Amino acid sequence: MLYREAGQYKTSYAADEAVFALREDRIGLIVVLFVAFVVVPLTSHDFMLQAVLIPFLVFSLAAIGLNILTGYTGLISLGTGAFMGVGAYACYKLTTLFPSVNIIVWVIASGFFSAAVGVLFGLPSLRIKGFYLAVATLAAQFFLSWCFIRVPWLYNNNISGAIEVPTRTLFGVPVTGATATSLTRYFVVLTIVVAMTWFASNLVHGRIGRMWMAVRDMDLAAELIGIRLLPTKLLAFAISSFYCGVAGALMVFLWYGGAESAVFDVNQSFFILFMVIVGGLGSLTGSFFGAALIFILPIALRVVAPALGLPLHPSTVEQLQYVIVGALIIFFLIVEPNGLARLWQIGKQKLRVWPFPY
Amino acid sequence: MRLKHLLLGTALAVAAAMPASAQEGIYIPLLTYRTGAFAVSGAPIGSGMADYLNMLNERDGGIGGAKLIVEECETGYDTKKGVECYEQVKSKNPVVINPYSTGITLQIIPKAGVDKIPILSMAYGLSASADGNNFPWIFNPPATYWDGASMFVKYIGEKEGGLDKLKGKKVGLVYLDAPFGKEPIPLLESLAKDYGFELKLYPVTASEAQNQSSLWLNVRRDRPDWIYMQGFGAMNPTAVKEAIKINYPMDHFVGVWWAGGDDDARPAGPGAKGYLALSFNQTGTNFPVIQDILKYVVDKGKSQLPKDKVGETFYNRGVLNSIIIAEAIRNAQKITGKKVINGEDLRRGLETLTITAARLKELGAEGFAAPMAVSCQDHNGHNAAFMAQWDGTKWVKASDWIAPLKDKVNPLIDSASKEYVGANAGWPKRTEPCDKSS
Repeated sequence: MLYREAGQYKTSYAADEAVFALREDRIGLIVVLFVAFVVVPLTSHDFMLQAVLIPFLVFSLAAIGLNILTGYTGLISLGTGAFMGVGAYACYKLTTLFPSVNIIVWVIASGFFSAAVGVLFGLPSLRIKGFYLAVATLAAQFFLSWCFIRVPWLYNNNISGAIEVPTRTLFGVPVTGATATSLTRYFVVLTIVVAMTWFASNLVHGRIGRMWMAVRDMDLAAELIGIRLLPTKLLAFAISSFYCGVAGALMVFLWYGGAESAVFDVNQSFFILFMVIVGGLGSLTGSFFGAALIFILPIALRVVAPALGLPLHPSTVEQLQYVIVGALIIFFLIVEPNGLARLWQIGKQKLRVWPFPY
Repeated sequence: MRLKHLLLGTALAVAAAMPASAQEGIYIPLLTYRTGAFAVSGAPIGSGMADYLNMLNERDGGIGGAKLIVEECETGYDTKKGVECYEQVKSKNPVVINPYSTGITLQIIPKAGVDKIPILSMAYGLSASADGNNFPWIFNPPATYWDGASMFVKYIGEKEGGLDKLKGKKVGLVYLDAPFGKEPIPLLESLAKDYGFELKLYPVTASEAQNQSSLWLNVRRDRPDWIYMQGFGAMNPTAVKEAIKINYPMDHFVGVWWAGGDDDARPAGPGAKGYLALSFNQTGTNFPVIQDILKYVVDKGKSQLPKDKVGETFYNRGVLNSIIIAEAIRNAQKITGKKVINGEDLRRGLETLTITAARLKELGAEGFAAPMAVSCQDHNGHNAAFMAQWDGTKWVKASDWIAPLKDKVNPLIDSASKEYVGANAGWPKRTEPCDKSS
């Protein structure tokens, strides 16, 4: 009824090939952005921003990074946590070595370090595939975790062994450190995530994205039609790690405010992988859905139980939350094995022909 | 759009959850970890903390006429959830935060001064934060890990017949390969130089905590005369079992206070008899204070823990943690003259906290812990601890109170604190005035 393409005529190739071909989709996007940039800052308090939305955006960015590699190029990686760590430690080293350079520059620049490390560990991907590649990236995870503990240079020989985020400002307003308000942090994270999502969307819908998908669907065929496998796969590793690295830097600098090496362990990698699988492989929207389901849902459950006045002990709620989230993940994957993004797409398709499905 | 609905739903839920705390009283949030990989120690600690405070509510109607609002937030020992908990309790005007995880402590240390909420990390967290001049909002009594390691050296010196007899001995350090585990290394290295013993390091990576056989083969080869263990969680019982397997003399094997739980020694069976661990609180229920907790809380079914666990090391440690909070609140009430205090008041209360032996007796905890004192400059006190020994079924006190080697520990604290402040450019200078100790 509301969501219908009748009457929308495409008069150019550009309009026909647009990412958001339907006017309703474009309006929806504007509404989402409006809510994110205007409504949320006006209505949310610290807990909502600092404990829910900032982490959600950070995880979404990491999920987009992994999705580029696993969803679009078909290379399974279990090293996401480590690549995030590379970004975080690189950003820490850079900002302590060159404190006068703007922190946003370093957050983005740390992505390049992560990308370089990602390319290095992506090299075996030409020879090995599937589960074997997962094991190779797992090696990256363990090796890098080991570095984060055993190379004191990375954390400036701190006795605590953790990286601590110093206060850095942007236009005179602190954006990192304890004095930065959640609102400033939120705006910085949101801007970076929106910009990088837009960039990723252009990548995956363009020539490079098509190359990746060709490799994913059948690499032999891709090679036969002239796609060079090694550069394509390495590019996927580089860009994926870039996104993960920036997400890691954002995570430590704008969310945690300091981190131990344990933050970037293999569980973090699995956490992001679950987001991608539940959200939908090969979908940017899916990355956001996945992050919401895996990260926000447990928080919502934890908050809802006491709000309803249920006399449950916090630890019981915690256990229940594992049960409920686990059950929901299984439910969603049974209903739609291709993830929430596919469910969303089906929903939209149904809406288009509603109320007269054929 | 679904995403929007989710966000909106969460926002509504959060908004609805907030007003629940608008109650008159002193709000004490407890960050506990009753779930997750470390729940074995988290459940008794959490219950000990909650039960003592609830007992004060039941028996005395709170502290100084002010009711205590005790609320737990489950962290699962996970930094992510810890930060979430912190944000969740922050808006309810908490008087103190007990992070109960090194990772969470490190994260919220910079926030404490900004949000005006003192942090009490009882013998864990950042050792450097014992320096009150640079960390006015952080308190970590009764002792730091460096104090613990120095007590260990003092103890083995005594057993060998004098610290000078340590020359040529081999001392092993079995530690969790993480910031927490590596902490005693600088102190033990400097003591090794001073007393001429050889220090052997045996790191246990967190993922290999339950698979230590190769490490203990090395121990068997090196045959260290004494072993100190800076361990946590599943690593401890595994190490104890492995030590038994290689026939290591258990009374030469000493754990730090977080390696001295009942569930660290019990799973190893009768062979664990003799295993030593540092402790700064007594075990058992033979204290009037524990009896009161049993009477007012546990027997009424208001505790989260089965009754037979009451009195175990970690339970009593939780009780001690709450005794420190309660005494600091009382102290703050005295200084400010207010009934319902806030975080800033409690900071002053903690800073001038002295718990004398006489006061412990009044509390029904005579000999339960060493008397402790915190001051403006010294937020730790470097108080004494003792060796507890596993007798096969329970922990018993096996030594006198051992004071740490303060002259060795203090320089380390100073340099570490300077380093922390130097690394965090713009670290705020202390502006809080010092109160006279009461």
